[in-house]
Amino acid sequence: MGADIIFWMVVALTVGSAFLVVLSQNLIYSAIALLFSFMGVAGLYIFMMADFIAATQIVIYVGGILVLIIFGIMLTQRIRDVRISHTSMQRGIGGVVVTLIFLGLFRMITGSPWHFEAIPEVEGTVSGIGKLLMVEYLLPFEVTSVLLLAALMGAAMLSRRGD
Amino acid sequence: MYTNFGTVFIFVIIGIILVAFPLLLQRILAPSRKTPDKLTTYECGEDAVGGAWIQFNIRFYVVALIFIIFDVEVILLFPWAVVYKELGLFAFVEMMIFLAILSVGLIYIWRKGDLDWVKYSVPYGRGRYKKLKIVPKQVPAVVAEIGDRGSTIVDVTTS
Repeated sequence: MGADIIFWMVVALTVGSAFLVVLSQNLIYSAIALLFSFMGVAGLYIFMMADFIAATQIVIYVGGILVLIIFGIMLTQRIRDVRISHTSMQRGIGGVVVTLIFLGLFRMITGSPWHFEAIPEVEGTVSGIGKLLMVEYLLPFEVTSVLLLAALMGAAMLSRRGD
Repeated sequence: MYTNFGTVFIFVIIGIILVAFPLLLQRILAPSRKTPDKLTTYECGEDAVGGAWIQFNIRFYVVALIFIIFDVEVILLFPWAVVYKELGLFAFVEMMIFLAILSVGLIYIWRKGDLDWVKYSVPYGRGRYKKLKIVPKQVPAVVAEIGDRGSTIVDVTTS
């Protein structure tokens, strides 16, 4: 099955880059690895027949949030002094916490009743989302603009203090 | 839908090959004679000055934040554009309201001078107002109010 091979390639890309994010000694390399992880997640969305969400993932996470993360690194004070940016510390406690979280997630995944049904292949979800946004969820849509406006003004206010 | 994304997948594969193949080819074919000059960072032919690990100006972050907000706006424009013909004037008015609210934000940051890159530092009052940071177009008004006490231009790229 060609689709299966591609699916596992996408999974390998997502998880492999996520490992690189954690294991890389250089923050910038971590950020770049995160880019590929985000792209892998976009690929997984496509396998779930969510084309609009996949496009959103690429445009907002790869194109926007990642730029913010990289800027966040570049804006860090005394970044010059930091050579090996994140070495592991407190491995013992960290290991215990991570194992517990893993066991919890494992129990949840194996314990829940999953519905294995073939998803009917749809020809694009964008027009459906458009209709829902424009007719049924009109008020939340318009309120979103107020939220974005607040975020915009907040960003401007915060930056003015730093000048 | 799968077929459409199959096309995208082929493009991605071709893109990877187009980058990887020349790199592999030069690894195999090109002789490797390293000199200090060859190993310097390439900056469009200029001599590289200082390290790349410096603190950047906070204003870059604001531009990035503004970019993300309009990025989200653009994403929300897509579904609207697809159903626009069906819904007609109704959808047009809705989107114009949406855009108008966001335009208020753009006008706000524009008027407040957050998009101005060059800023002046003027000796002003006391405490946190000791040095007032103003944008060029505010200079005449401040000079008219407190007199010309001399202003210094604050940074252009890094602070």
